[in-house]
Amino acid sequence: MNSLIEFLTFDDPGVRAVSLGAMLLGIGAAVVGCFTFLRKRALVGDAVAHAVLPGVCLAFILVDFMGSLGWTDISPKHPLALIVGAFVSSWISLRLIDYISFKSRIKEDTAIGLVLSVFFGIGILLLTLIQHGSSAEKAGLNSILFGRIAALTAGDVLLFGAVATVLVFITLMLYKEFQLMSFDEEFAAVTGLPVRRLELTLTTLTVLAVIVAIQAVGVVMTAAILITPPAAARYWTERLPVMILLAALFGALAGLTGAYASFAAPRAPTGPWIVIVLTGFAILSVLFAPRRGALARQLRQRRNAGRIRHENILKALFHLGEQDDDFYAARSSDDILARRPMDGTVLRRGLEQLRRHGYVRREGAAWALTAEGRMRGARITRLHRLWEVYLTQYVGIAPDHVHDDAETIEHILTPELEHELEALLDHPQIDPHARVIPQKHG
Amino acid sequence: MNVAVDNPALEIHDLTISYNRRPVLWDVDLTIPEGAIVGVIGPNGAGKTTLIKAVMGLVPAGSGYVQIYGRPLDEVRERISYVPQRESVDWDFPASARDVVLMGRYGKLGLFRRPRRADRDKADECLHRVGIEHLGDRQISQLSGGQQQRVFLARALAQDADFYIMDEPFTGVDAATEAAIVEILRGMRARGRTILAVHHDLQSALDYFDWVVLLNMRLVASGPADKVFTAELLQKTYGGKLTLLSKVGNLLQKEEFPTRET
Ligand SMILES: Nc1ncnc2c1ncn2[C@@H]1O[C@H](COP(=O)(O)OP(=O)(O)OP(=O)(O)O)[C@@H](O)[C@H]1O
Ligand SMILES: [Mg+2]
Repeated sequence: MNSLIEFLTFDDPGVRAVSLGAMLLGIGAAVVGCFTFLRKRALVGDAVAHAVLPGVCLAFILVDFMGSLGWTDISPKHPLALIVGAFVSSWISLRLIDYISFKSRIKEDTAIGLVLSVFFGIGILLLTLIQHGSSAEKAGLNSILFGRIAALTAGDVLLFGAVATVLVFITLMLYKEFQLMSFDEEFAAVTGLPVRRLELTLTTLTVLAVIVAIQAVGVVMTAAILITPPAAARYWTERLPVMILLAALFGALAGLTGAYASFAAPRAPTGPWIVIVLTGFAILSVLFAPRRGALARQLRQRRNAGRIRHENILKALFHLGEQDDDFYAARSSDDILARRPMDGTVLRRGLEQLRRHGYVRREGAAWALTAEGRMRGARITRLHRLWEVYLTQYVGIAPDHVHDDAETIEHILTPELEHELEALLDHPQIDPHARVIPQKHG
Repeated sequence: MNVAVDNPALEIHDLTISYNRRPVLWDVDLTIPEGAIVGVIGPNGAGKTTLIKAVMGLVPAGSGYVQIYGRPLDEVRERISYVPQRESVDWDFPASARDVVLMGRYGKLGLFRRPRRADRDKADECLHRVGIEHLGDRQISQLSGGQQQRVFLARALAQDADFYIMDEPFTGVDAATEAAIVEILRGMRARGRTILAVHHDLQSALDYFDWVVLLNMRLVASGPADKVFTAELLQKTYGGKLTLLSKVGNLLQKEEFPTRET
């Protein structure tokens, strides 16, 4: 806990730099990831991340070798060496995926899986070679597997952060083009956008975003920082700009988590922390997002179920009223249950709620409709019978088969549809079972 | 029957299209007059979609060429507009109906430039023209099929093109929407636009189209609608697949033969 407070004061300039850099690369990956996600290319992001490994290792070996010959004195772990190596090998992997799925009968997802595992395998092999080799710098290279921000200098992190900023900038500059390409690539081509070149640009941005994020998250988990923020953000909005903003926020928080983790436990990998936080966002989104979230759906369903129950009770009371030609007479629970079988406690709870809403009155142990309750009961009955007329007359369903359909439809018909239905049926008075259809204001 | 016209809006010259070396369209050669509503008609798998995609350069021509207003495609892109099949995109995309219509302006805007106020006005006007101005802010997955079709049409209108290419604009829409779309197409024709639409229903074709292209792996006929709609030509179009043509096509694919000796 102390370390968290210490971290959050940002007193240490090193902490400040690393936090800023980590947030920037989280944002970069998330913003570029939005389009990777919308173009349904999540797997490609994963392939790129895994394909980075052999490139990084080869770059290390090469620079180390050149250093041992005295040709250069840059460290084989210099971020630029790493970026170039990673870039080359992930490009080769992408071309290979395209080539395989274009030239052979192998489908793209299989090609991705194939390339991903082969590149990763080679990468691990090279990594093992390096570990057993004699390079003085080999310590810490394997942190690329699971990410370790602490293995970077503050300067390195800021460099990655700067690259990420450029990525965000380019992505936003090409926002409209990427949006159209993600939605309808053929239209983009017909409209005259340079689709091939834009695709190339987006792929390059994706590769760079992955490379930049990899030191923080690690090869194995980088796809998460690319795809999870947009996937979570999608739950909250139907607008692309808002989605990008939210994804950026999630990415920034994930980056910050990584920075904190590396501060609190410099020897431990940071990737798992970042992924856990991102997964947390995703779970929260899936559960709690308005409209799309599971909870909102549940609530909607419950509200609907409650409404259906209420309307069924009102309808039963209205039917009893029709039967005796006295709509306001008090009825016992048993009377209602005889008219419409349901669970006794459910009925009591429903009546109590209806009373609070002003649709029924309580008279001793019995219940009576209020004027509003009668209106609503009449409306449901009306809709039920109108729908039955519609089904028999227009859909050609036998009168003895229409009841069950009408039982559900009566609850969801909107006033506009009701109006349309009436006009279409020319204001009928009688339903297929020869019962009177209650009129709107009667 | 293949009626040739002078100064055609579209000229397709000896076009052959293959997928993975299997030709699906053989030697199509036709011209289409300007200011007409043209129907491309043929059975499933006849190559209608392939033909219009080739016209737009979305599938490469194996041999032959396409000219629009007497020029190669790349010189006239601005004048061409496209209404794809509704199922060709995922409608669960974070965008409103207005956002999609606005996409029709991107070509004119060019790279990097943001849509301006004028473009938004144009988008609203096009939404109005197809009768869904009240749905501009609606998320596109929450539109009915007919409304989605109208959004695509509005997007094409927003392009302000001269030559409109549409893939089955009437599929999956109700009679009211179909009538509304036909009305819009006629209005476009009245302003000199040319429309090339893939169509499935023979009943309405005579009513909708001035010019008809009958297609079944090769061109069966191209000419004024009333002349082309003969029992004989329809029989030729719909009278089953040309099994020999398919067999040779498959053979070309299997043997990795070129379609043309060049
Ligand atoms: N991308 C593709 N790759 C390989 N073959 C294809 C491809 N697209 C179409 N085909 C084949 O080309 C032929 C013509 O297809 P096309 O989609 O142009 O027909 P269509 O006339 O539009 O049919 P429909 O009425 O069903 O839309 C078919 O045999 C189809 O299987
Ligand atoms: Mg088709």
